[in-house]
Amino acid sequence: MTNTTSDILLLFLGVCGILMALSLFGEILRAKVAPDGTNPVVETFMTRVHSWWAMVILLSLALLSGPIGIVVLFAFVSFAALRELLTMTSKSQADHMSLAVAFYIVLPVQYLLVWLGWSGLFSVFIPVYAFLLLPIVSALRGDADRFLVRVAETQWGLMIAVFCASHVPALMTVQIEGYPPERALLLIAFLVLVVQLGDLLDFFFGRRIGRTKIAKGISPKTYEGMICGVGSAMLIGALLAWITPFGVLGAMAMAGVASLVGMFGNIVFAAIKKDRGIKDWSHLIPGQGGVADQLDSVVFAAPVFYHLTHYVWGT
Amino acid sequence: MMNPLTLLRRFAANIVGHAIAMFARFVTAVRAEWRGIEPVPLQRVYFANHVSNGDMPMIWSCLPPAMRRSVRPVAASDYWLKNKLRAFVGPEVFNCVLVDRRPEARAAGEDPMAAILQALEEGSSLIIFPEGNRNMTDDPLLPFKAGLYNIGKAFPLVDLVPTWVANVNEIMPKGEVIPLPLICTVTFGAPVHVGEGEAKDAFLTRASDALVGLAPEVRR
Repeated sequence: MTNTTSDILLLFLGVCGILMALSLFGEILRAKVAPDGTNPVVETFMTRVHSWWAMVILLSLALLSGPIGIVVLFAFVSFAALRELLTMTSKSQADHMSLAVAFYIVLPVQYLLVWLGWSGLFSVFIPVYAFLLLPIVSALRGDADRFLVRVAETQWGLMIAVFCASHVPALMTVQIEGYPPERALLLIAFLVLVVQLGDLLDFFFGRRIGRTKIAKGISPKTYEGMICGVGSAMLIGALLAWITPFGVLGAMAMAGVASLVGMFGNIVFAAIKKDRGIKDWSHLIPGQGGVADQLDSVVFAAPVFYHLTHYVWGT
Repeated sequence: MMNPLTLLRRFAANIVGHAIAMFARFVTAVRAEWRGIEPVPLQRVYFANHVSNGDMPMIWSCLPPAMRRSVRPVAASDYWLKNKLRAFVGPEVFNCVLVDRRPEARAAGEDPMAAILQALEEGSSLIIFPEGNRNMTDDPLLPFKAGLYNIGKAFPLVDLVPTWVANVNEIMPKGEVIPLPLICTVTFGAPVHVGEGEAKDAFLTRASDALVGLAPEVRR
């Protein structure tokens, strides 16, 4: 067993411990507040913990199977998220071919580039080439009605669900001095853990002490909840510093930035959902909504985390 | 004792049926929303909007597997008997009730309603598309044909369940070959029945309104 594998297992056991504690906490809360399962805050908390269990097991299996596991897992995450976004965007039959290209060519090629480690092409493929190609494919069908809205919304979906999301597995390609390449898998675990745990604690503190809404009319997020959430993410980052090349202070800063960007990303997604009059992106994760609901914050944080890692610690 | 070849065909049909349902789930994450009625195996007629050839497999795929066996889609024989593959998938996998809609068949004295009423007589549930044809217009529904009314008159105790299939037109518009993986939702509403002495047109309008009422409002 390599060092990386044993660290992944150690991390997995640690997270299982936290989830066990959260499950227990939720059960006690439920028994105290509403044993019949009618308190919405407790029940939302519990469904979140349950889907966390599923996600932790899935991510751990992917991490243990190495780079290919991670690339395949996130390709499927992108597929599910893109499907949720493009179901809600403006389109006409004239876009059929360009949407097919987005799903069946752009998405797999982006993940192939990640897998091959071609970071130059990987970072311009969607923002430049897909951006130019897809409107051409749509325009050739000769339907000008709401054309700019259609191509812009399609491109936005691709940027978020594929381009941004693919920065999570792309962390494996960052070269850092004194940090063996295979350990980069642990950076993915770090990013996902700090952002998602920050979200969970933001939700918890926001419900308890949250008063001042950050974006009234869009999201229930509060400044109080966000400060506590980001603060907790930084503490968790410090505790996890041993799996990163950042050092304790660096890990705290990275965790804080990732968590903060992620929370604002969640607000952006809430604004889109509000505009389209939907509560959740889909029903793929029982009691939780869609993949885009669960991973909006990770997807927003990923490119920032990737570039900071690259600029500050990369060689 | 059943002929081994028949048994084998039935087994293959079962496998293909599961494969189609799995494919539909993987591509479109098709999901049933039982808004006005529970998914229980009572005899029912599910009547749905029709915009694409993908409608029927979508409804069929999101029914609970135990119900699929007793729910038979009503479909056109000229489509499903066109070649050997279709003749296997339509009648054997989906267990379709085939009706001949062609004018010449009608002229020859064949009544498409006979096969439908026969299937109901046998206790089967049905999936029907009361518009008769695929809707290519911008209106949500075409005017219903009389079939639904005749079924409701002949079997007053059978629930007529409005079934709205959302998004299939964008997944696979007419003339396109590649299906897009967009999310499809099938909504089952509260059942309607032909009222005592209710006129045909009044009932068909009521049934049509109940179906349109299930369409999700999406702001674009």
